[in-house]
Amino acid sequence: MEVPILKQGAFLIATFQAALSDADLNQLRMGLVQQVVKFRSRAVIVDVTAMDVMDSFASRTLREIAHMIRLRGAETVIVGIQPEVAFAMVQLGLTLEGVATALDLEEGLAYLNERFRITK
Amino acid sequence: MAKRDNTSTDIELKRTEEPSELLRELVAHLRQNRTQLREEWVVRISETRLLTAMTKEEIFAEATSVYDSYVEALETEAFEALQAYARNLSERIIPRGVETHEVVGIVLLLRDVLARSLFAKYQTDFKKLNRILDAYEPAANRIANTVAVGFVQERERVIRQQQEAIRELSTPVLQVRERLLILPIIGVIDPQRARQLTEQLLRGIRTNRAKVVVIDITGVAAMDVTVANHLVQTVEASRLLGATVIVTGLSPEIAQTLVTIGVDLGKMNTVGDLQGGIEQAERLLGYKVASITEPN
Repeated sequence: MEVPILKQGAFLIATFQAALSDADLNQLRMGLVQQVVKFRSRAVIVDVTAMDVMDSFASRTLREIAHMIRLRGAETVIVGIQPEVAFAMVQLGLTLEGVATALDLEEGLAYLNERFRITK
Repeated sequence: MAKRDNTSTDIELKRTEEPSELLRELVAHLRQNRTQLREEWVVRISETRLLTAMTKEEIFAEATSVYDSYVEALETEAFEALQAYARNLSERIIPRGVETHEVVGIVLLLRDVLARSLFAKYQTDFKKLNRILDAYEPAANRIANTVAVGFVQERERVIRQQQEAIRELSTPVLQVRERLLILPIIGVIDPQRARQLTEQLLRGIRTNRAKVVVIDITGVAAMDVTVANHLVQTVEASRLLGATVIVTGLSPEIAQTLVTIGVDLGKMNTVGDLQGGIEQAERLLGYKVASITEPN
């Protein structure tokens, strides 16, 4: 199942579905990294609201996406991490350091708008 | 104290009196010398500095009741009444800070005082003394045991009750401003309470759509490494939900613990007191508090 990548102004939005295979995740990573330059996007929002469990591969992929996007000259915001998932990730040592996070999509957009309004 | 090995040499001795008869004699003796033995016991209690939390009069009153229950238990060999009394006594004295060793100590003192008086009474008839002690000691030990167990059970009940009370003390997640939560933590944090705190905080962040959380731990004197780690994890988990955490009121001991476990201080946003924490939170949220009387 392919994850759709939506273009919303200067940002790209990708929404994780509940059951993603490792192959889907790899595909998403490549898709995002390619499109962020193709569309000259300033930031990527990854929405994980639907994921009520996050295994180590998924969270590692998230971190890799964030770091690769930064190398491609844009920023990543991860939104919608569930409370239980957040604590489980922290206990596994997956704290997504250096990656911006927000409560949900709305918050993520507000954060990015605020951030890029200053530098515009 | 009696020398138990002597009894074996007396085995060929024909027992003329039944143990119950001996006990009756014993009880009669204790009843007869009640005033004197009780006095002696109270003196021994104050000599050994037990029950310092109680006044002399109180000790005397309790000693009288304990003495009478003790003799009664010896006589009837029914321990229910004594057990009930021990529980009742414990209920009264535990809140005053009486320790287990004190209660066990006074019962053992009474046992010694009474045994001494038996030695004095039967010193001329060693064989009889031995038989009397044979009857006395098991009963006395059982009494001591009953009182000690009663006290400890009562104590454990109190502890359980208090633990429950602490658990029930809700850990309030309070909204002080739009998108600003405070979480005041007071008292001892054990791993279970820490987990409960984390769950409530993360849920609170979601439902209140909080951006900044101030965790105030002024009321926490110390925390162990497990709980400190948990606190750090809570801070990180909150960040994953998009909320910034400010920890305020760290005591020197907790600061020491955090340094010992090697917390990355860059991840922890700490401010000295709750006021400072709220001020910083307001700055992060873009609020500016101004006085009405002195406009600037």
